[in-house]
Parts: sequence; structure tokens; C-alpha cells
Amino acid sequence: MALEQLATWTRRLAGVLVFAALTGCGYNDFQRLDEEVKAGWSEVLNQYQRRADLVPNLVSTVKGEANFEQETLTKVVEARSKATAIQATPELINNPEAFKKFQAAQGELSGALSRLLVVTENYPNLKANQGFQDLRVQLEGTENRITVARNRYIKTVQDYNVLTRSFPTNLTAMVFRYEVKPSLTVANEAQISLPPAVNFDKPAAK
Amino acid sequence: MTALLRGLLAFGLWLLIALGSHAQDLQPVPALTDRVIDQTGTLQPEQRQALVAQLAALEKEVGSQFVVLLVRSTQPEDIAAYAQRVGDQWKIGRRTVGDGLLIVVATQDRKVRIEVAKTLEGAIPDLMAKRVINEQITPAFRQGDYAGGLSAAVRVLGGLAKGEGLPAPSASGSGDYGGEDGPDPMVWILLTVVMLPAFAKAIVGVFGRKLGPLLTSGGAGGLAWLLTASAAVAGLAAVVGLVVALVVGVLGFLAPRVTRGRSFPAPGGWGGGGGGWGGGGSSGGGGFSSGGGGDFGGGGASGSW
Repeated sequence: MALEQLATWTRRLAGVLVFAALTGCGYNDFQRLDEEVKAGWSEVLNQYQRRADLVPNLVSTVKGEANFEQETLTKVVEARSKATAIQATPELINNPEAFKKFQAAQGELSGALSRLLVVTENYPNLKANQGFQDLRVQLEGTENRITVARNRYIKTVQDYNVLTRSFPTNLTAMVFRYEVKPSLTVANEAQISLPPAVNFDKPAAK
Repeated sequence: MTALLRGLLAFGLWLLIALGSHAQDLQPVPALTDRVIDQTGTLQPEQRQALVAQLAALEKEVGSQFVVLLVRSTQPEDIAAYAQRVGDQWKIGRRTVGDGLLIVVATQDRKVRIEVAKTLEGAIPDLMAKRVINEQITPAFRQGDYAGGLSAAVRVLGGLAKGEGLPAPSASGSGDYGGEDGPDPMVWILLTVVMLPAFAKAIVGVFGRKLGPLLTSGGAGGLAWLLTASAAVAGLAAVVGLVVALVVGVLGFLAPRVTRGRSFPAPGGWGGGGGGWGGGGSSGGGGFSSGGGGDFGGGGASGSW
């Protein structure tokens, strides 16, 4: 009787163990998500690069416009050179400091570009310029792709981090030293939550 | 024991909330029922039919899946964000090729977007999409000729896709279109045939024949949901879990020695459940179903009229 009971319990225990091994430890999930995070990050970098490649064309087209607001243009050029100066490698994810810096630089470029596009509304010649309009469409598409890539990266990192921190997979993470990965955030959160400043004082074209 | 019970109940509650909270304030993505989905009643039935026929012919000739969606509004989202969500959910485009294209029209917002899957981004770059919007769609829409604008746009876009040299559509189409990629079937077979009865037996043994099946059902459903992130599969697993646990419980009651031994009761009882997920992805009905291969990465263009 006792032996039979022991056998039953051993079988149960084995069942539970196999079950845990199959579903619980999450080792394979870690591998899969880790690769997904890497791929997602590469895609983000890819799209940022695409934007950086577009900017010189945009700048030179806008420069063709006589007496264009120089300050806006300079800001775009500066932001771009700042953003491209950072070595955008896949390893950036593992370096929180550089990661932050990279994000800030890209955020600055986003801001400068959107400001540029707003300002160009004041120049009828530019609005009629087919080359400029084409670049604008391309830039818009690239910004869209950046948004999508960033969203996907954020989601994948979330999955990975949840796996890293929740029981029982956190034990696997501990054993193999998998750490929480940084997610993308909005750099200028405070700025965005402020209502936009509208200024009607300035003449349409300087 | 009560603490464990409470924990399980809390888990079940959380599961319900988690499943329910997917619906937010955003506009819902409609079910993909046809090649043209008109929620606004803008198109006349025969115009709609003509457009459906045009898209079907295009799919037959080129292989690419194009879908037109007319909604009233995409607020509070930008049309690009909404179209992206729709594309992510529908994944139109052949399974192995991923050549999908989505045209979203928001009549109230007077906005239109052509969303291009990654495979077609080479054939239809953002610039071309924008040009189609400017030249084919906007002028027609301004005159209220929605059907004409959409038809002309589809003609041009189809021509572009045709020039890309995509793989020819297969005659039967069976290889191109299929359900979603499920996890390895082996895992499922192992889980349902080996693990589930053991699991059910343990739970029923501990919690009794009334509570046990329910817990098994919840556990199986929750686990399936965690593994596949699909509510449909989770629901199926929950039902299978319930059936298995009931069978185990009843058999355990009738002949405790047998079930407690080695042979598992009548595999046929839940064998049918295993087949369920295979066909789960295809919406069937003989009509149109997404190929499930389209990956939308934000390509395309938007415009307004």
C-alpha cells in the first residue's frame, strides 16, 4: 500500500516536473524574445538611419528657397549631425547611458524636423515645389515607420521584461543573468504635456 | 488551501479583466469579412460588388490581397495609426509572400490612407501611394465619386504590384492562405494527451469533482492563453480542460482503481479538441480570408480631400 502510494506520488511529481520544464522555466521564450528585441531594435535603428539619410536632401531643397528662416534650418542640420555622431550599434541596448543619449538626439531631430515642416507652410514657393513635396511625403512615411518600429520594440521589450520579472521565469533569468531591457520613452515628456504655444504676432514670412 | 483557492480565483478574475480590457476608447477594428468593408453605406451595393470583383480578379491574376475599408471616423486616432492597427490585425497578404495592401477611407474625417505591407513597399513606395491619392482618389472623392476613385486607385496600384514580379498565385491557393502559425503541434499533442489528464486528475483529486473540473478548465484556458496569446485557443483549451476533468472525475468515481492506475480514460473524448486549433485561423465560409502573411511596417501615404 505504502509502496503503491509512493509510486503514485512519484508519478505525480514527475508529471509536475515535466510540465514545469515544458512550460514553466521559459528558457526558450527568453531566447526567442531576446532575438526579437534585438531585431526590433535593429529595425528602429534602420528607420532612424533612413530619416538621417533623407535630411540632407530636405535641407538642400529648402536652402534653395531664398531668405528661408536660417535658424530653423541650422537646428535641423545640427540635430542631425548630433544624432548621427552616436555610433548606433545593436549593443546600444545594453548601455543605458548611451541609449538615453541616442534617444535624446533622435528626439531633438524629430523636434527640429517637425518645426521645419511647420515653417515651410509659410513659403508658397516651397509648397509648390514638387521635389520638396516628394521629400515631405518620404519624410512622413519614415516618421510613420519609426513610430511603428518603436511601438514594436516597446511591446517586445515589455514581453521580455515581464518574463524576466515574473515567477517562475525570473528564476531562469536569475540563473542565466538575463536582465531587464530598457524601453523607449519620450524624451521630452514635460514638453509634450504642455499645450502648444501659438503665436500670431509674427508676420507670415520673415 | 483557502489561500490557494483565493489565489486561483483572483487569477481567474484577473484573466477576465485582462481579456475584457482590450476594448478601449479607440475605434474597433472590424472583422475581415470581405474585400470591401463599407461601414458607412457610402457605396451602392452594385458598386461594392464591382469593387469586390475587381479586387478578386487582381488577387487571381497577381496574387496580392487588396482590401478596402470605409469607416466613418478614426478619431481619436490619426488615420495612419488606425490603418496600422487594422493591418496588424488582419495581416492581409499571401502567407508566404506577404503582399497585402489596405485602403482606409474615413468619410467623416475626409481622410484616406493607403497602407502598404512591407513586401509591396518596393513596388508601391510612399511617393507612388501619395501620387495615387493625389491623382486618382482625391479628385474623384471631391466630386462624391467614391466608387470611381477607389476603382481607379486599385487599377493603378494593382498595375504597380503586377510590375514587381511577385511569385505567381498558385492555382489552388491552398499553400498561400492558411491559418495563423500555431506553436509546434507536438507540444499541443503532448499537453492535451499526456499533461491535461494528469493535471485534471491531480486537481480533481485535490478539489473534488465539482470544483476540480472548473479549476482545470480555468487553468488550461489560462495556460493556453499565456502560451498562444489567443483568446480563441484559450477558450478551446478551457472547454477541453473541462471535458477532460469531468471525464476523469466521473471515471474516477466509477472505477477509481483504473484511472488511478496507468491507462488514461478514452483518449477519444478529447482527441477531437486537438484538431480544433488547426482550422481556427481561417474564417472560412467559402468567402474571403486573409492570407495572414502581410506585415505592415508603416509604409504608404495618407491624404485628405
